[in-house]
Amino acid sequence: MFTSTTFASILPEILILILSMLVLVVEPFWKEDQRRNVGWLTAGGLFAAMIISLLFGQPGAPTTTLGGMVRFDWLGFFFKMLFMFAGAATALLFMDNEKVGHRGEAYLLLLASLLGMNLMAVSTDLVMLYLAIETTSIPLYVLAGFMLGDAKSTEAGFKYLLFGALTSTVMLYGFSLTFGFTGTTNIYQLAGLLKTDVLSPLGAFGLLALILVGIGFKVSIVPFHFWAPDVYEGSPTPVAGFLSTASKAAGFAVLVRLFFAIFPDATVPMAQNWAMTIAILSAVTMTVGNLLALPQTNIKRLIAFSSIAHAGYALIGVVALSQLGAASVVFYLAAYIATNLLAFGIVMAFGRVTGLDDLKDYSGMSRRNPALALMMLAAFLSLAGMPPFGGFVAKVVVFAAGIQAGYTWLVIIGIINSVVGVYYYLNAMKYVYLYRMPEQDEENHPVPLTRPYAIALAVLALGVILIGTLFAPWFSWSNAAALNLF
Amino acid sequence: MNFPVLSIITFTPMVAAAIMLLLPAQRKNETRAVALAAAIFALTLSFWVFFNYDQAAGGYQFVEKYNWLPALGITLQFGVDGMSAPLVLLTGVVMFTGVLISWGDEHVMAGIQDRPREFFAFLFILATGVFGVFVSLDLFMLFFFYEIAVFPMYLLIAIWGWVVTREYAAMKLTLYLFIGSVVSLVGVIVMYWVAGHNSGVFTFDMLQMEKAGFSQTFQNIWFLPVFLGFAVLGGIWPFHNWSPDGHVAAPTAVSMFHAGVLMKLGAFAALRVGIMLLPEGAKYWSWLIMLFAAVAVVYGAYIAFVQKDLKYMIGFSSVSHMGLVMLGFSTLNRAGLTGAGVQMFSHGVMTALFFAITGMIYDRSHTRQIPELGGMSRIMPFAAIGFIIGGLVSMGMPGFSGFVAEFPIFMGVWGSRWLVAVIASISIIITAAYIMRNIRQVFFGDVPEKLEGHMTDVTVLDKVAITTLCLFMIAIGLFPSFMVPMVQTGVENILRLLGGA
Amino acid sequence: MNFIATHLLSLILFTPALAAVIMLFLPSDDHRLFRWFAFGVSFIPLTLSLVVWFNFRSIQPGFQFQETYTWYAAIGSSLHLGVDGLSLTMVLLTTLLTPLALLASFSINDNVKAYMMLFLFLETGMLGVFMALDLLIFFVFWEVGLVPMYFLINQWGSANRNYASLKFMIYTMGGSLGLLLAVQLLGVLFKTYDLQFIAANWSAYTDPIAGIPATTVKTVAFWAFAIAFAVKVPLWPFHTWLPDAHTEAPTAGSMILAGVLLKLGAYGFLRLILPLYPAEAHNFAGALAFLATAAIVFGALASYAQTDFKRLVAYSSVNHMGFVVLGIAAAAFAAGTADATIALNGAILQMFNHGLSAAGMFFLVGVIYERTHTRDLEEFGGLFPLVPVYGGILIFTSMASLGLPGLNGFISEFLVVRGSYPILTAYTAISMLGLLFTGAYILKGIKKVLHGPINERWAHGEHKLTEISTREVLVMVPLMALILWIGIYPAWILDVINKAVVMLF
Repeated sequence: MFTSTTFASILPEILILILSMLVLVVEPFWKEDQRRNVGWLTAGGLFAAMIISLLFGQPGAPTTTLGGMVRFDWLGFFFKMLFMFAGAATALLFMDNEKVGHRGEAYLLLLASLLGMNLMAVSTDLVMLYLAIETTSIPLYVLAGFMLGDAKSTEAGFKYLLFGALTSTVMLYGFSLTFGFTGTTNIYQLAGLLKTDVLSPLGAFGLLALILVGIGFKVSIVPFHFWAPDVYEGSPTPVAGFLSTASKAAGFAVLVRLFFAIFPDATVPMAQNWAMTIAILSAVTMTVGNLLALPQTNIKRLIAFSSIAHAGYALIGVVALSQLGAASVVFYLAAYIATNLLAFGIVMAFGRVTGLDDLKDYSGMSRRNPALALMMLAAFLSLAGMPPFGGFVAKVVVFAAGIQAGYTWLVIIGIINSVVGVYYYLNAMKYVYLYRMPEQDEENHPVPLTRPYAIALAVLALGVILIGTLFAPWFSWSNAAALNLF
Repeated sequence: MNFPVLSIITFTPMVAAAIMLLLPAQRKNETRAVALAAAIFALTLSFWVFFNYDQAAGGYQFVEKYNWLPALGITLQFGVDGMSAPLVLLTGVVMFTGVLISWGDEHVMAGIQDRPREFFAFLFILATGVFGVFVSLDLFMLFFFYEIAVFPMYLLIAIWGWVVTREYAAMKLTLYLFIGSVVSLVGVIVMYWVAGHNSGVFTFDMLQMEKAGFSQTFQNIWFLPVFLGFAVLGGIWPFHNWSPDGHVAAPTAVSMFHAGVLMKLGAFAALRVGIMLLPEGAKYWSWLIMLFAAVAVVYGAYIAFVQKDLKYMIGFSSVSHMGLVMLGFSTLNRAGLTGAGVQMFSHGVMTALFFAITGMIYDRSHTRQIPELGGMSRIMPFAAIGFIIGGLVSMGMPGFSGFVAEFPIFMGVWGSRWLVAVIASISIIITAAYIMRNIRQVFFGDVPEKLEGHMTDVTVLDKVAITTLCLFMIAIGLFPSFMVPMVQTGVENILRLLGGA
Repeated sequence: MNFIATHLLSLILFTPALAAVIMLFLPSDDHRLFRWFAFGVSFIPLTLSLVVWFNFRSIQPGFQFQETYTWYAAIGSSLHLGVDGLSLTMVLLTTLLTPLALLASFSINDNVKAYMMLFLFLETGMLGVFMALDLLIFFVFWEVGLVPMYFLINQWGSANRNYASLKFMIYTMGGSLGLLLAVQLLGVLFKTYDLQFIAANWSAYTDPIAGIPATTVKTVAFWAFAIAFAVKVPLWPFHTWLPDAHTEAPTAGSMILAGVLLKLGAYGFLRLILPLYPAEAHNFAGALAFLATAAIVFGALASYAQTDFKRLVAYSSVNHMGFVVLGIAAAAFAAGTADATIALNGAILQMFNHGLSAAGMFFLVGVIYERTHTRDLEEFGGLFPLVPVYGGILIFTSMASLGLPGLNGFISEFLVVRGSYPILTAYTAISMLGLLFTGAYILKGIKKVLHGPINERWAHGEHKLTEISTREVLVMVPLMALILWIGIYPAWILDVINKAVVMLF
């Protein structure tokens, strides 16, 4: 029963658990002013865990373990690596945020949520899935409201909790109805059952819609996006970064697995109806996200809305319901995680020194710290979908998948949206490069980077460029992940 | 050929940009030296490619191929043919002269004095994109480099541009080009899938896609989006609106790059992707392209005629001249395409020269209003001679490259739709009129009182740049065999795709 | 020596341009150096063209001293040079007038280097047109000549030079637009620009072109050619650029303009229109003759009405060139007849003669203008006693222009009229009336300048008129010698011309 495969399939989670315990044990022995070093431990530990998992925990042919609760395949594995990478980067970014990073609990919560995400990526059972989602969410609720004295942070935490609880309840309702109608909680068996006449098409549609609400909240698809800007703005910036990347990607992991499990054959009418539904959601999501991003003057809100739009782009790959579609989503998320974390990291680094995060406060930033400005350029251009950064290749493959599946109209909407995106991303860069501080004395206001920021940002920037230039390995992994779906 | 000369050319600027970014910001002269060294290196190699291209053999040469993303059939594949080799050389030349004239003179605030490190780095990233497009034989990579060439433009214009219009112009330019390129992108992806279904091999390799056998209907539908999407960057009427604004707002070296090379990029991509991959569509729509081009030729010249701002004048003249390139394309015959190929080079050099000299004048006089200038030939005789030679090229005066380029274009149009040749030829007169008038106004007569005593002659580096550019225009004008046979080998290939028309 | 012998024409053609490029690298500031260098160099083409002249075998048909170099293989054009009697005459005229014009320009003090360079480039441009046996090369040089001339007028001209130079440029370029298009049409049709090949095939070409009957296309193309040349000649009503350009140009510029540039147009009629469009030329000979007659009569009348000495001479060119075209029209109408041959002989000789006398006249106007800074005829008067040598030369040259027997103008005008009369009687008759006015305006000019009450301003004091200098006399001596020589013994040149004319058909 408990074979080496079982062990390998949850190796990353075991390592994370060990790491959490280590954090718990070590933290009390460090003095208050040394607690930030937990960040080094967390990041280093996650990094080590990644290496160990890559060495010993690589999946072979897809198998299910833990009594059919967990599927051991490339899709899950690749997502796990992404989450852990994001987690490590976030831990580094935590470190110099005094209200968060100097308390050991933050790292622990981060690791706990990471554990949940990892399980989200591999769950094949609705029960397991629900548990995983809650394991992910609850630490994040806490983290969002972590800055106790800060009204905005408290509001963010509370808002996130309320929305999260509501949507997850709706989803749970969907899960239970599903079980009630079909008598199984295994999502791979749902496909067969949906084909038979156990459920009327309308009923099946309703069930899936309920489930979609929960996932839609995680992924912040319009109309379940309302929480995102406020939470991102209010919660500690590194948390916002984590929310907008890893948490979102985890939602996608579930979405992709669920959809491809339920609709292995894209030609059945129901699959097509759902593809159309998602296509509409995708179009609405990116359009709304981009249009709302346009008038923003606060950089965190700008990124928040833009990350809604990015969920829309990634959905195009889901709509395609093809192998390339799945691969493109995975690839898109990989590029997106690196890019958006970089963007948030820069906002953090800048905000830590200046305490400001309005666009106009970025005036003259390129003279205050040219390297930071350059990385911001890389991040924003990648978000805009310009080469040689990851965002470009990601967009192209997603669009390619869309066109392949015949959703040319959706791709055209996507392209129009990219143009809008280019406008506001470049607009933000205008402050950085073109405008100057009111006194034009940027030399006297440098923006120094602490070591954790420097490391995290450098790694992320390098990642963005690597994904955008040497994209073959990343894509092959995404492709391997997608293959496992079928 | 095992020596990967094309990759080296392409990535030299990128490496140089990285080196420059690692230098401390206050080391301005070291930065410039790195830029110049890289430019000379790239120029030397592009010369080498130009002269070692085997014209007798034709086809694509110096081919390099690396599998980049086998899953989607993306390869990093470089190679030049008779059409692109001159353009690679052009890019090398413009890069070299662009660095020279941006070096500037701190005393008169000429050239680039604010953050030269970032300036040259962005400019060189752009250069990598440009080289990449010209040598790419893979559609995906072509696109990749195409976009790389577009976005630095925004920063270069917005940061170092003319204060009055730079924000507006930079954004307008970027959005226009971006929209154009993504429209083409849709077409390109559709072509990818259809070609894959037709042949069973999914690849972005353009040499393979040439054999895809797209149906007539497919080509008719997709030719226009693909061609026009790229042609936006080529400044085709009625999508030329971004171009004069962009030229005017851009700093000198960027204007040179922009008009000299970037517009060729659009035309070249439109040719390579639009016409060469969708030849039947090109035949179907050639009348429309010709119409657009003819309007651009005459209308651009007329608008240039009424300009009071020297840079706007040149900007609209570029629209007119690029119209000739498109006109040559639209003929789809040997003479027209040959002329268009030469015109791309000729116009690139000429307009780079124009912008360089305009920049020199502006840096010293702080005005580009033609009526406010005068007598510049007394102060900067070298620049005056350069501008006059450029003007003669622009007018299509025999003995200069402009004639060598324009004449076959008109011949091509004769072979296709003679009435258009008659209409388009009106532009020759208008061009002559505004060039001559402006040369007289700017360079001769009396120096306005306001400028008396404030002006200095151009620097030695400026002179080197002017001389280099002029030599090319005269060499091609006097000895067309310097370049034309090479372009012809490229044209043969296009004609083969067009079915030996 | 062998190299020189086999490359005579290209040497004549490119020596001036090469010298101009060398001048670019000469150290500046020494005006004398540039003057003498340019002047000295201009003797090389002159000497070489004399060599050609004496080695030219007029009885041999076709073109001689041919040279061919690849130039623009892609569109079938090559640098094909060659001369026959017609073009050799013009080459000689050009190489002869250039040193004289350079000598006349020694009084230029402003930016001498550029001036001399432009002049040498101009010479190459003009020679190229006369030597070209390739339609495209013909056009190339046709246009190339414009640029130096533009700058000569624009930079060294008098008060209204901006207007005049632009007008000159635009008129000529506008005129040659049709030529450009027609040349392209021919190139596209024949895939080559070789003049002899096209001449052999084009007149017999009858297939419709682009769905349009060949005759229509030919008619249009004929007029495209004709208008380009008519602007240059210039024929009434395309002549309005000429008085402005001539008047504003510097003296030497006017000399070359009248002496050689106008001949380019006439040469175009002879070299291109007659061989390429014999049928059309025949059909439209009447129209041409009408325009020529109009040029003769209106040119003379306008000339008579001028109060500006230089404008007077300028309009006289319109009048004289009218005869050239009249002769050509006659020849076109009745190609091959003895009368036509005579008319054509006259026309070509008239080209040469007008080159001599008009250059001389413009120079003489320049001489007096340099001293008085006015060209207003009313301001002169009674100058003969002050400057007797100048007066003598002026009268001599004017008489040649007027057509006094014994001088060259008489010979050529007589031949034209004699040849045209049987063919185009009415037009010729009217033209004879024009001849009458010619006498009138020339005599008026002489009277206003040399005779009548003396204008005291020029007699004494700071404005006292000085006599013509030795250098200036040296400019006039070769011209006067040729004028007289041809007037008395025209056979040496007519022999060459006549053989060429006979072979043209």
